[in-house]
Amino acid sequence: MFREARLSNGLEIVAECNDDVHSSAVGFFVRTGARDETDEVAGVSHFLEHMMFKGTPTRSAADVNREFDELGAHYNAFTSEENTVYYAAVLPEYLGRAVALLGDILRPSLRQADFDTEKQVILEEIKMYEDQPPYGAYEKVKAAYFGKHPLGRSVLGSLESVGALSAEQMRTYFDGRYSPGNITLVASGRIGFDALVDTAQQACGHWKAVPAARTVAPATPHPGFGCVEKPSAAQEYALQLAAAPAAGDADRYAAKLLTVILGDDSGSRLYWELTDPGRAEHVSLSHYDYMGAGLFMTYLACDPQAAADNLARIEKIYREIEADGPTDDELEKAKRKVNSRVVLGSEKPRSRLFSVGMNWVQRGEYRTVKEDLDAVARLSCADLVDVLKRYPLTRNCTLAVGPLPRLG
Amino acid sequence: MKQSIFSHRYDNGLVLVAEAINSLESAAFTFLTPAGCAFDPPGRAGLASLTCDLALRGSGELDNRQFIEMLDNLGVERSEGVSDSHTSYSGAMLAGDLPQALGLYANLLRRARLPAEEFEACRQVILAELQSIEDDPHAKTMIELRRRHLPPPWGRSSHGRREDVLAATRDDVRGQYARLYRPNGCILGVAGRIEWEPLRDQVGKLLADWQPVPEVALVEGQTGPRVDHVPYEGHQTHIGIAYNSVPYRDPKYFQAWGAVGALSGGMSSRYFTEVREKRGLCYTVYASYNTLRDRGTVVSYAGTSADRAQETLDVMLGELRRLAEGIESHEIDRLKARIKSSLIMQQESSAARSSAIARDWYHLGRVRPLDEVSRLVDELSCESINAYLSENPPGNFTVLTLGPEPLKVAR
Repeated sequence: MFREARLSNGLEIVAECNDDVHSSAVGFFVRTGARDETDEVAGVSHFLEHMMFKGTPTRSAADVNREFDELGAHYNAFTSEENTVYYAAVLPEYLGRAVALLGDILRPSLRQADFDTEKQVILEEIKMYEDQPPYGAYEKVKAAYFGKHPLGRSVLGSLESVGALSAEQMRTYFDGRYSPGNITLVASGRIGFDALVDTAQQACGHWKAVPAARTVAPATPHPGFGCVEKPSAAQEYALQLAAAPAAGDADRYAAKLLTVILGDDSGSRLYWELTDPGRAEHVSLSHYDYMGAGLFMTYLACDPQAAADNLARIEKIYREIEADGPTDDELEKAKRKVNSRVVLGSEKPRSRLFSVGMNWVQRGEYRTVKEDLDAVARLSCADLVDVLKRYPLTRNCTLAVGPLPRLG
Repeated sequence: MKQSIFSHRYDNGLVLVAEAINSLESAAFTFLTPAGCAFDPPGRAGLASLTCDLALRGSGELDNRQFIEMLDNLGVERSEGVSDSHTSYSGAMLAGDLPQALGLYANLLRRARLPAEEFEACRQVILAELQSIEDDPHAKTMIELRRRHLPPPWGRSSHGRREDVLAATRDDVRGQYARLYRPNGCILGVAGRIEWEPLRDQVGKLLADWQPVPEVALVEGQTGPRVDHVPYEGHQTHIGIAYNSVPYRDPKYFQAWGAVGALSGGMSSRYFTEVREKRGLCYTVYASYNTLRDRGTVVSYAGTSADRAQETLDVMLGELRRLAEGIESHEIDRLKARIKSSLIMQQESSAARSSAIARDWYHLGRVRPLDEVSRLVDELSCESINAYLSENPPGNFTVLTLGPEPLKVAR
């Protein structure tokens, strides 16, 4: 059962209540991320996410960690281009305390000493990703694809931007973005909704509202091809971005089915062409939907000597489906896979939380599992062909990184 | 919590263990076949992985493509993997499709075609996986650590060695399949929306006449160097530390588990607090407990800038030595809360339960009910953990670093 409420300061509360499960999941979804930053504060959203766990006027960082652990909570947070999410999965009896704790940490002290220590952790995180495939290629290809559009910004920021960031800049950013009207409290699983609203009122009712609008400018794709040499890498990696349906676009379901038909990790066209014969260690196609823009992302990891040939094979597969569309058999198989995945995911409140939350913050709507499945069931091959006409996979921006100075 | 757990041993040694969870719409299975990489013959490291992959490429009436398409048509979310002791094949799906999926996997276990025309592709897949590990310093650190800490044939990399994979033949795979894909030692775990009797009968029809094969004995060799360094280019140095613990089936397992939990369970744990929160030395630091049938191992990891790696290692070793001095009651209270919620949340995943009950059977010869786990966790006390720690203090560490420069290890 779906319930919703709104506090007088604008904080929205939405919940999918299901008494057939054992646990509860809850999260604060804040509509802020890399796209809301400027060059001067690049990486501040993600750094701020870390600082939220560093304490409040009434709790030290150690108190916060200890109290989450005392609840037996499975808790974490993440930052993307457009959202920062703080969440916990708990047994139902601890739901109230989890909400109170999450609510409290969302008004952090941002103490200078904590800021300085945590900056070291963030810099380590950036270095870790620089040492890991695809060696920053995701940030680079996104920047190349989006140009100056805010979705081209890096979530982590750089060693330079984070190194130069001050606590004062972070406080200013926080004041402008963490307004209650820009935050949604989402819950799923065993939820007593009225008690949830009462707890939220106590924890968050005093938050002051400020304007925190986001301008969503249209994104213009920049197709292209680039190659970055990374001599120490064993494999060559390639990332390919192409335009795709955005968050508000009903065609996103068709886009999702296309990724299953073409790029699923088992039984897809890319699987049979590249993975099954051992031509590539990994190949996949995914769909990401943002406000006002969407992306198809192809990811390839393979032996450097095979990279150019593999990219040519991928292009051939994309040309073929753009020309002929998927077969009825492929469409049915993809629907069965999605059906099974959605049902398996829906059994866990901690995975349902993100479906419910993202639907609400991206589109302002609630959809049941059945509504999602029905939307997928209605799709025809013609719908998928239509998406490919408007969003051709062959018009893309590609970046390769690995030991080769150039490809092909 | 009320649980419905069933088990049956067929005459050929195969064990079926199942848990009916009727609040779920899904069902999942896990086959644990006794074909772990510890059984890879000399000069053929990687044979278990080759066999696992080739066995998926067609069985019975179905060729490679038909087999995968049948699974896809059923919407089976499949996974497979090779560990020291087992090759596992798992799948999760809508409950109504379980019988058909079990039929497909029974064929894989008994009538895999191991097709000659697929063997080169299969080899390429394993070689690609081996190459990908070279780009994953964290995974490589843990592989190199285990390889040195455990006596062979334990602690090997399941991916094997490049030269061995290159030398392997399809006949090697056929031999491995004939020896190790057998009912004796094989455990099938099933969980989710199921009915026990029809399940037991169906599995009987599929697998009860599968012929047993004599077991293979293993001979243990010598462990590797206690302190070692692997040169690796990058910003960070990666630190792995291993020490011995008791196995899962040991009566003191929960004490051992509790001690590791104090070190690394949650963000208030000692590692996280001392290494990351107080000193900001790294992004990732953890310890985890691993078990084979007759021995446990605790492994720790941290990845940090090369210039701060020495301090990170020193702090970690300091925490391991301090652990021997005992833990405090508030630490164990938090661990109890975490394990209880984990146990209950596991009931929301048929895949997690099918795997957990199969592994329970392997280690204990039975499924430990959640009520019993809950009671044993409740009974855990600071005193019992500290008594365990004073008898079994963390020590005799294997330390493996991977990065630009080796570190000093204070003994």
